[in-house]
Amino acid sequence: MQLVLEKRAERSNTIALVSPLIAIGLTIVTMSILFAILGKNPLLALHAYFIAPLTDSYSLQEIAVKATPLVMIAIGLSLCYLANAWNIGAEGQFLIGAVAGSWIAVKTQGTDAGAWVLPAMFVLAAVAGALYALIPAICKVKFGASEILTSLMLVYVADLFLDYLVRGPWRDPQGFNFPTTAEFDPVATVPVLIEGGRLHLGAIIALLVVAAAAVLLGRTIKGFEIRVVGAAPRAARFGGFNANQLIILTFAVSGALAGLAGIIEVAGPVGHLQPGISPGYGFTAIIVAFLGRLNPIGILIAGLFLALTFIGGEQAQIAMKIPLDVTKVFQGILLFYVLACDSLILYRFRLVFPNRQVTRGAG
Amino acid sequence: MRKTFVAAVAGLLLAGSIGAASAADKLKVGFIYLGPIGDLGWTYQHEQGRLALVKELGDQIETTYLEKVPEGPDAERSIEQLARAGNKLIFTTSFGYMDPTLKVAKKYPNVHFEHATGYKRAPNMSTYSAKWYQGRYIQGLIAAKMSKTGVLGYIGSFPIPEVVSGINATILAAQTINPNIKVKIIWANTWFDPPKEADAAKALIDQGADVIMQHTDSPAAMQIAAERGKLAFGQDSEMIKFGPKAQLTSILDTWGPYYIERVKAELAGTWKSEDTWGGLDSHMFAMAPYTNMPDDVKKMAEDAQAAITAGKLHPFKCPVIGQDGKEVECKGGTSLDPGQILGMNFYVKGIDDKLPGK
Repeated sequence: MQLVLEKRAERSNTIALVSPLIAIGLTIVTMSILFAILGKNPLLALHAYFIAPLTDSYSLQEIAVKATPLVMIAIGLSLCYLANAWNIGAEGQFLIGAVAGSWIAVKTQGTDAGAWVLPAMFVLAAVAGALYALIPAICKVKFGASEILTSLMLVYVADLFLDYLVRGPWRDPQGFNFPTTAEFDPVATVPVLIEGGRLHLGAIIALLVVAAAAVLLGRTIKGFEIRVVGAAPRAARFGGFNANQLIILTFAVSGALAGLAGIIEVAGPVGHLQPGISPGYGFTAIIVAFLGRLNPIGILIAGLFLALTFIGGEQAQIAMKIPLDVTKVFQGILLFYVLACDSLILYRFRLVFPNRQVTRGAG
Repeated sequence: MRKTFVAAVAGLLLAGSIGAASAADKLKVGFIYLGPIGDLGWTYQHEQGRLALVKELGDQIETTYLEKVPEGPDAERSIEQLARAGNKLIFTTSFGYMDPTLKVAKKYPNVHFEHATGYKRAPNMSTYSAKWYQGRYIQGLIAAKMSKTGVLGYIGSFPIPEVVSGINATILAAQTINPNIKVKIIWANTWFDPPKEADAAKALIDQGADVIMQHTDSPAAMQIAAERGKLAFGQDSEMIKFGPKAQLTSILDTWGPYYIERVKAELAGTWKSEDTWGGLDSHMFAMAPYTNMPDDVKKMAEDAQAAITAGKLHPFKCPVIGQDGKEVECKGGTSLDPGQILGMNFYVKGIDDKLPGK
């Protein structure tokens, strides 16, 4: 007798709904055991993780701030992935957007520039992000270069370009040689929504992006094309959809969103351009996109949830003196279970008895 | 069954809140660390300082730390989290936390902040740092004596004044022994990245350097020097076990006494916003034992240490000649004044390299 993983005849919608719950349940059980081994009260630890951050305005704001760039980038990536275009370089597009938008902020610093500054920064950042994303897209379409590799490699180019600017031409003259621009002027700063808090306009923009993506995918021909090209390339060809055109389009849109997220982060929570503006948002967003099942609403939830584990992890460090490594393990275990449970949507467990061996293939 | 579960949960939560109540009477002190506490360098020494603090005043205080907090958009939140959790005195232990600390300090006027190695202060925000260039001067003397090739290898982190003044002090000292001494500088552009630091050490040795000095935080360079049979200086921390035959000495950050003093002031209600910049005389740092060198070099190092401690020897004694061959204005009378050292943005004559961004 053995246990085998067998492909289902069709995807199970029940499992699709409950699998995140099973994953969270398994995570809680596993972490409770780990907390107990560490001599920490599992209930208090889980409370610090999941409940405490949701109980006050401050933490809720912080969750939204953390989720904003993740959700914006992940929405763009989901369009790419749905169309079978593999943009792995959102991190680079994020950085280039931040640089392009900062250019206006740096050049207008100390002048009496008006309210046009911030919108102009947003537009320039989105355009720059889109153009940067078009490099791998065009290489893919024209020369058949793997967009996975080219988009990834361009991340390092963007990173070093930013590094050069803040160490050289854009360095704050009063900054004691530290690699950073001067603080942006108020007109070049993303406004805060709640006095004294950190929640900023970017969170609202992220929600608009989610809504726009939901409409695009659910209600428009373009959205339908994107989904068909990804899910059934042959059918798409018969339908006369141009896959190459969609690669260009989805790359441009995801680059624009990543670039916009970049300038919002720099002109918002950070307030100046410096190296290390992204703790890997462009890569974490890939996880968010898949965790949200490439669905706009799903991505919003996944982004908020991942942000919750960051904020909760920090509060657990403070409240329970739980080491950082354990909070990292926590995130890892959670993602592991989510992905593992997701495989049950398309597969199921079966007990196989050797004497009446079943070799029926997958449906 | 269900009832017992509920009772158990209630009991656990109650136990937790009682625990929290008794802790509330103690002064809460928070720390923000740049690296992991096991980096064996910069953050490790701050953690040793915290442990010394707990040992001395553990019955009156409760300490909390957050480690590996990046100097980016997350720093402000991490600092604020500590303030919100009731910490009344918060040490932020890296230069890059300066602006985030200042922002949080403005929001929490009743919480006191202490920022390491920065220059911005507020009524509730102090700064503290050490005159490490004094230790670098001693290292420069030793390096010039011990180098056979006359080429020193220097791994820089960022070209900020603290690091630049360290390089200058090293070279000024080395030139008193060997006027033709050469230094090769590699900027790692990181405080802590062991593989990168190791690569830098290899490249420097390949370029002929036989004494390696570093302003990055891990013992990786020491290990490479030991492997290649070269000499090296540790950084922040005692690194002799990574190079028993390689380490000449190491600048040891000793934060414990400072942390204890500041927490005592906080407990007594006498804490004030101050700028502390201590040297060998005030024990803000110490030198590790002088090892792997002949007795005469050791004696020279010890004499220099004694002279600096007594204030008889100043590493930046005038005249200081800049890279352009011109004498640097001597604002401090007989030596450069603190402002010139804290904002040092030039190389001295004899460094055959260009300061990044100059």
